[in-house]
Amino acid sequence: MKLKTYRKIVNWTMLSIASLMAVYGIFWLFWILGSLLINGFKYFGPELIYLDPTPAGVEGGGLRPAFVGHFIIATLATILGVPIGLMAGIYFSEYGQNSKFFRVLRNITDIMVSTPSIIMGAVVYAILVKPIGHFNGLSGAVALALLMVPVIAVTTDEMLKLVPQQMREAAYALGAYKWQMIKSVVIRAAKVGILTGVILGVARISGETAPLLFTAFNNAYLNLNLMKPMSSITVTVFNYVMGPYHYWHEQAWAASLILTLGVLVLSIVARLVLHGKITNPLAYMFRRIRKEA
Amino acid sequence: MELEGVIEGKLSEVKNRGSLIERVVKVFLGFWALFVGLLFPLLILFILYYEARLAIEKFGVINFLKSTNWDPVAEDFGAATMVFGTFISTLLAILMAAPISIGIAIFITELAPKWFKPIISTAIELLAAIPSIIYGLWGFFILTPIMANKVEPWLQDKLGDVPIIGQLFSGIPTGVDVLTTSLVLSIMIIPFMSAVVRDSFEMVPSVMKESAYALGATQWEVVRKVVIPYTASGIAGGLILSTGRALGETMAVTFLAGNNPQIPKSLFDSFTTITVTLANQFTEADTDIYLSALYYLSMFLFLISLILLSVAKYLVLRLEKRWKV
Repeated sequence: MKLKTYRKIVNWTMLSIASLMAVYGIFWLFWILGSLLINGFKYFGPELIYLDPTPAGVEGGGLRPAFVGHFIIATLATILGVPIGLMAGIYFSEYGQNSKFFRVLRNITDIMVSTPSIIMGAVVYAILVKPIGHFNGLSGAVALALLMVPVIAVTTDEMLKLVPQQMREAAYALGAYKWQMIKSVVIRAAKVGILTGVILGVARISGETAPLLFTAFNNAYLNLNLMKPMSSITVTVFNYVMGPYHYWHEQAWAASLILTLGVLVLSIVARLVLHGKITNPLAYMFRRIRKEA
Repeated sequence: MELEGVIEGKLSEVKNRGSLIERVVKVFLGFWALFVGLLFPLLILFILYYEARLAIEKFGVINFLKSTNWDPVAEDFGAATMVFGTFISTLLAILMAAPISIGIAIFITELAPKWFKPIISTAIELLAAIPSIIYGLWGFFILTPIMANKVEPWLQDKLGDVPIIGQLFSGIPTGVDVLTTSLVLSIMIIPFMSAVVRDSFEMVPSVMKESAYALGATQWEVVRKVVIPYTASGIAGGLILSTGRALGETMAVTFLAGNNPQIPKSLFDSFTTITVTLANQFTEADTDIYLSALYYLSMFLFLISLILLSVAKYLVLRLEKRWKV
């Protein structure tokens, strides 16, 4: 009898601790997002987006070059990175399954997903900044693209593996070549999953700072030339937080809020796409909450 | 007769074209797969080595790792402070995050009601979606003052006089130190760790758990004696995977470490890591040997994380293989 109570107490204690751990995780999320929302909205004004920065020390101004630059770099990185990642992912799933060599490569790709992002900046510095002689926006985009490629390859591979084998066999039975089968059956069946992976990849690179520090660098002026240093939101926030002026800190909060909202919205959209409910996310969310409650 | 010939000709033409595309597509896709999985990592390694060769020749491996001197003016570089800083902050972060992540995984797989599961999983995953610079900004403006004025003086008051560990809480609490950095790092890796642990927990066949319940085990006993032993390698994999993540974390650490090249003697000392040094000094490196030393540091970082992540991958794969049957 005594043993039984003891076991019950242990059970209850340990499970309560586990629940407390979950609360602990949520606590930080709310604290971080909460202070970001409060400070971000406090200092946000529309001029942040359409005004250029004032000379250092002069209050006012905005971060237009950073927003424009960030958009250009992220878009270019996506254009460069997604096709390569897709092709590699398709090969891993459709051709490489039975080859031991490519299975090993697939696992290496998995490892590459977690490479420290600052390494990518250093590598691209060596191949694209040093030879050219100065920092440039293109190198920033390449660094982000390289960071994105393994992510896309891994998710594509995983999504294609979810396509039932019977569908492939049905296409073969109709006399299709493998490339026809991939093009019209596998990719079509997995396109939602692939799209999710792409959006998650974009979300990941959009928040990156380290690879841009010594590739795209920074620029106080609006610059559309890829061969010149290009500003980005993340690098600007980094510099502004380290800087001495109070209004810089305020602008850093506001810019961070926009950045975080953008990244979080992308992550959430990716989830909705995966559930096939992108057309009407609100109704979907409402239905889901009702169903779950 | 003639018509048949024409049809036959067309047919073989289509066939030829089809198989030609077949081969081209295969080679083309295969090249990119080869690139992503093999050439790309090799290229990174080669470039880092090539750029670092000056420093490798000058300082050697052991001396570079042993020396605590980092003096760009005298062109004397040693990595001991950075490597130590990277290891100590990562280790503390793992120690802080591991019990939390396992607790979260237990909560999600065993305790949470079905409707609550997606909510808590999403919330934890959102922690991973927040860009690392936001952690740095938040840590710098919000957490650091609280640590410096409330938490650290309190810790010092309670633990400062305890023999042996009292040393860890000596010094002036500034908030920009080992403790704050590790704390923020631990929050950042919780989502990765708990995701891997949760996935391995979910791989345990319910038959195994049900047999334990049938023997009268409590829920905790099932977790402790069935789930955890059978997912040990998955848990280890998750721990090591997040170690790899924490090692390479740059922006948050750059704000919080203080960028002070010294071996920290207490938790309240400022310090530096490999990534902090890279982020702060890369654009300032004005001599070849300086830049080369920085590349040497990145090569170390890359190799360490590559090895750790491979071990993690191996452990997780082993677990998957076991349950695949």
